[in-house]
Amino acid sequence: MGRYVVRRLIQALPLLFAISVVSFAILKFTPGGPLAAYEGNPDFTEADRLRLEKAFGLDQPLPVQYLAWIGNFLRLDWGYSFASHQPVLQLIGERLPNTIYLMGTVFVVVLLLAIPIGVMTAVKQYSVFDHAVTGATFAFLSTPTFWLGLLLIIVFGLQLRWLPLGGMSTPGLEQDIGDRVRHLILPVMTLSLVQVGGHVRYLRASMLETIGQDFMRTARAKGLSERVLVLRHALKNAAIPLVTIVALDLPELFVGALVTEQIFGWPGMGRLFWDAATRSDYPVLQGILAVSSTLIVLSNLVADVLYGYLDPRIRFS
Amino acid sequence: MADIALKPGALAAPVAKPRSQWRLAAERFMAHRLALVSIFVLVALALLAAAAPLVSPYDPERTRLLDIYEPPSPVHPFGTDSLGRDLATRILYGGRVSLAVGFLAVTVAISFGTFVGMVAGYYGRWIDSVLMRLVDMMYSFPRLFLLILFGVFFKGMTVTVVVIVLGLLSWMTTSRLVRAQFLSLKEREFVVAARMIGAGDRRIILRHLLPNSLAPIIVAATLGVASAIISESTLSFLGLGIQPPTPSWGNMLRDATSDMDKAPWLAVFPGLAIFLAVVSINFIGDGLRDALDPRHVQRREGA
Repeated sequence: MGRYVVRRLIQALPLLFAISVVSFAILKFTPGGPLAAYEGNPDFTEADRLRLEKAFGLDQPLPVQYLAWIGNFLRLDWGYSFASHQPVLQLIGERLPNTIYLMGTVFVVVLLLAIPIGVMTAVKQYSVFDHAVTGATFAFLSTPTFWLGLLLIIVFGLQLRWLPLGGMSTPGLEQDIGDRVRHLILPVMTLSLVQVGGHVRYLRASMLETIGQDFMRTARAKGLSERVLVLRHALKNAAIPLVTIVALDLPELFVGALVTEQIFGWPGMGRLFWDAATRSDYPVLQGILAVSSTLIVLSNLVADVLYGYLDPRIRFS
Repeated sequence: MADIALKPGALAAPVAKPRSQWRLAAERFMAHRLALVSIFVLVALALLAAAAPLVSPYDPERTRLLDIYEPPSPVHPFGTDSLGRDLATRILYGGRVSLAVGFLAVTVAISFGTFVGMVAGYYGRWIDSVLMRLVDMMYSFPRLFLLILFGVFFKGMTVTVVVIVLGLLSWMTTSRLVRAQFLSLKEREFVVAARMIGAGDRRIILRHLLPNSLAPIIVAATLGVASAIISESTLSFLGLGIQPPTPSWGNMLRDATSDMDKAPWLAVFPGLAIFLAVVSINFIGDGLRDALDPRHVQRREGA
């Protein structure tokens, strides 16, 4: 087991290296390059360009620039934003809690909905409830997230006026918990509705497979109650694949949901990326890209390892 | 046991029997009622969009400042927008763009993905390792981030660019599927036999391996169209995809956001069109999967 984890980590190294080269290159070759922000400014002369290129090390050969960048990156020196001149790490540090706050809530809500619904639909397969859930699941899987967000804003924000249209809190009421919760409801609803369907389908399929197995018949023959049967015997086994799916969702906790953050004016990581992209703020883009792809690689690893840990039938060879 | 005598010439030109596996699949598909209804809906939507000039008396781009923000009425069934343009007409014309982008992007993705999967699965060894590490890497970047970077890079994309970019960011699933198929098929007896009688790589790949890998490719392609339509609309909604005045369902929703208070219908109908197209494609894909490829699980991406 331990050796497996170490081997997988070593295998991930070339992948991480390739990701870092691409993160470096994508933004390196953006039109106008890192100095694009100055383009079109009549006061920005050729001499200024050369001076800045020298100051930022942009006149060095590419491999040297890469090594300098990755070295700094590993030492958590991620450079300064071209737009706001703040350190990138500080910018990310300001936005990250907002994203974790939003996505963490979504994460919990999705699990709290998906597990009971998934179990119920499997236990009562082909019931009215099962069909209704399957239909709703399909509908939400086919709804663009941004449109769902707009509809919720129209209904609950503009028509009924129950909930605020966006932001994290009303200015001046930052400490008011009720106000913060009201701002959280619509974005959480949007994201939960589109995400819960996939988890329900997954758990339902895996529950159905488990329920059909021999040990379940044995357990029933022993006279166990239906409740113990479903929760202790079936769910425990059926949840194993769900755990890995949930592990794959982990990067979202940090990367955020760009479109939803955009619609609801939520100052998280997604909007940070958006603002940086539209302003060619390339140190910020590099930082976010490198962090998010590293997290994706690691969460894949965690999912694999967890799967083997929870299911002893899987052998690591 | 009557008439065994053959008509003259019947043996000389044998008619190819329908392949029973495909016919069985077709029968399974026909049993999926929602998928059948969905085909009807999708075809109707596509025909209406294609015949937009015949269906609608309005010009999608002509502005009429006396008719702005008309709520839905018999004259304008979906109302008019901030420039007095008929929304229903724009949805039809937007459908041309959105549906075409969806189908073309998937054509690019499936062609490229199938090619990569074929090469990796058939040749194996280091070629396989290199290509699959490339796939891993493509999967390691949040897709929406890459889409946005391309959008900024091209400063608002034309239809062609959107198709190519979406295609080049969505081929990985297909390549994994095709590779897996090739890996298992190439060891099978009929392929070994074909190689034994001297068939070359080209013949084995095109005549034996590829036709037997079609089922998962067809399912992936269908579901891919749905996700491409959502991606295009998301990108255009953010202002980076198809640019106005060319209507697409995504950029119409972008326009709608500034008027949601006084003209909520502007935000409802284009989204409904996306939903209708995507849900019917998903049902068709589901029916095809039940018919062709019963063991498969779908995941959603892009929030």
